[in-house]
Amino acid sequence: MTAPRSGAGNLQLNENGELCHFLSIDGLPREILTQILDTAESFVPVGKQDIKKVPLLRGKTVMNLFFEPSTRTRTTFELAATRLSADVLNFDVSASATHKGETLLDTLRNLKAMSSDMFVIRHPDSGAAHFVAQYATPDVAIINAGDGWHAHPTQAMLDMLTIRRHKGDFARLRVTIVGDILHSRVARSQIRALNALGTGEVRVVGPRTLMPAGVESLGVKVFHDMKTGLQDADVVIMLRLQRERMQSAALPSESEFYRLYGLTEDKLGVARPDAIVMHPGPINRGVEIDSAVADGRRSLILAQVSYGIAVRMAVMSMVMSGQRGGEAA
Amino acid sequence: MTSATPRRILRGGRLLDPAGNLDTTGDLYIAAGRIAGIGTAPTDFGSAEALDISGCVVIPGITDLSVHLGSMTHFGREMSAAARGGISTVVLPPDLNPVIDNAAVARLIQERAAGTGSARVLMLGALTRGLEGSRLSEMQALADAGCIGMTNLHHPTQDARTLLRCLEYAATCNVPVFFRPVDASLAAGGCAHQGRVATRLGLRGIPHSAETIAVARDLLLVEQVGARAHFGQISCARSVELIADAQARGVPVTADVGVAHLLFDENALEGFNSLFHVNPPLREPADREVLCAGLREGVLTAVCSDHRPHESAAKHAPFAASEPGIACLEGMLNAMLSLVEAGQLTLQCAVERLSAGPGRVVQADWLGLDIGAPADLCLVRTDGHTTVTADDLVSHGSNNPFLDQRMPGEVIATLRDGQFIFRSPALRSD
Repeated sequence: MTAPRSGAGNLQLNENGELCHFLSIDGLPREILTQILDTAESFVPVGKQDIKKVPLLRGKTVMNLFFEPSTRTRTTFELAATRLSADVLNFDVSASATHKGETLLDTLRNLKAMSSDMFVIRHPDSGAAHFVAQYATPDVAIINAGDGWHAHPTQAMLDMLTIRRHKGDFARLRVTIVGDILHSRVARSQIRALNALGTGEVRVVGPRTLMPAGVESLGVKVFHDMKTGLQDADVVIMLRLQRERMQSAALPSESEFYRLYGLTEDKLGVARPDAIVMHPGPINRGVEIDSAVADGRRSLILAQVSYGIAVRMAVMSMVMSGQRGGEAA
Repeated sequence: MTSATPRRILRGGRLLDPAGNLDTTGDLYIAAGRIAGIGTAPTDFGSAEALDISGCVVIPGITDLSVHLGSMTHFGREMSAAARGGISTVVLPPDLNPVIDNAAVARLIQERAAGTGSARVLMLGALTRGLEGSRLSEMQALADAGCIGMTNLHHPTQDARTLLRCLEYAATCNVPVFFRPVDASLAAGGCAHQGRVATRLGLRGIPHSAETIAVARDLLLVEQVGARAHFGQISCARSVELIADAQARGVPVTADVGVAHLLFDENALEGFNSLFHVNPPLREPADREVLCAGLREGVLTAVCSDHRPHESAAKHAPFAASEPGIACLEGMLNAMLSLVEAGQLTLQCAVERLSAGPGRVVQADWLGLDIGAPADLCLVRTDGHTTVTADDLVSHGSNNPFLDQRMPGEVIATLRDGQFIFRSPALRSD
């Protein structure tokens, strides 16, 4: 007997195979990821123009629903929607008041009555964006801006754009992701995207307490020694370490973590000489990364932020056109 | 009540009770709520309602060791759902509102049960007051009020010493202790098996050790005290091995598995399907295989529904925020028959683990299809099929994984003490 399926892959694609929601990298074919990167590439110059607007989403209403505090991600989504000429509403909901599913469903039903065309949703529960796409609002495009530990697909795609622009062909690359993999939605989406794009080798580095069970099954090589994991790497991605990991007995102290897994010039020395360093931000200087590296010549941390707007414009325009494609079909 | 029960003859069914080595086609005679004859009529049987049940298999009444109701609101409806599913005896764990931790509550529930005229209701009393894990409940009073065992369910006792005292006191009262083994600290906050699927979906995992550590500890304490014990809703392969070891040494332990864990594994969670948010979580395919083998070999002596009915809103939430549990009083028997169809169990084994296996857990001198036994019966067409839809579901819980699926087997009737508590329109008197 097989369980009734509610496949994540199908949910994101309309009958014509076009993107109609953007929930996770999981289940998306390589062609769609490449299309996102190509479309984002075409939007990069928009940010440098005098008039930073294109009319693709004119007359559309985008609602940012953040059930978790965020300034940076919400701002880049807001900027992306504005540059596509959409009307944007921000709806901040404190996580404590809406941690129960019923409230989420009721909230969404109310918002749906306001005739939104797109929800950008961030939520502390894994699967929240899938849930919304499945049950609450079938005729509204859903973009996942981060759900629990599960996925942060726009962040992963802006990282892919950064890598493609600076290092080129994924097949030749060794990419090392360092830090708290267990609790990281960013890492899960990056690993999926890197593998879908055919990356030569994907590695993760961190202590056992910050690795999910059976992490190898995601398609990565696992290292607990930082220098071994960084050996000959072309790309180094550092993850943000949450302070609460010290309280949960996952780590003894920030200083020991920094000594073992903090990125310093010394440790970076074993990577390839032209290796690039990335971080989804905001960075904890002296915890996961040394200031000399964060501000150094190999760091692309600030470039990532500007690519983030282009990637979000690309995803928003694609899902909106995918929604229309579904209607026509 | 039984004295008023009419005499009945069930004609031409296949009478199947593997525990009593009975498998024959013939007539079954019922008088005064009990089985009065098998194959041949008892002397002076007199007139009786005769029913042609040729094509049906008659099995001993099904006992479901774990039916959680949450509250008494839908009590009658859920008991009817059990009867619809072929179940004639249900065991209620103490996690009701109010908790069954004193004789007054136990008696209240018995009164309610007597009023429904449906499935027989047995109860487990709380091992500790309020299931809080610190003070012993009045176990003798609970037993006197009809509780057939004591359990703290998944709620921890404050320490091993308290649990030891509970076991000693339960042994003093000669009541068995039912365990739902889990180490609270290892399971804390988890909603899925700690494995590949939870890793990919970013769900907080519950490791195998959350169960196996508790099984090992509880078995050692049971062995030390010499108490009778039953382990419910086992989910891990290693737990089956630990229980088998204890049984081999002669420790008096039995165990059951929830039917969902025999049919599904962690892969059912794909796409964040909250219907399969259950506790203990669905484990790996290898665990599922060992659970099926444990049932075949008799280490696991029973299968139960672990029925937890929910309104649809309870499952309409992101996975971790949804309520755990499935509702499958209607479908458990069919699910077992699907395992027979798939070649994983023999029909004899499936019937035994639904009837005699759990029956003997709740009643040491359980009788199946035997003269003098209570006429608790399930009539099922094993060559028929059932598709339960949301519209004809009896339970108020729509969180049934078998909805809209064509399942093997069709329950024709369920009898308790010789009375029909479910009767399909397909069954007519001669």
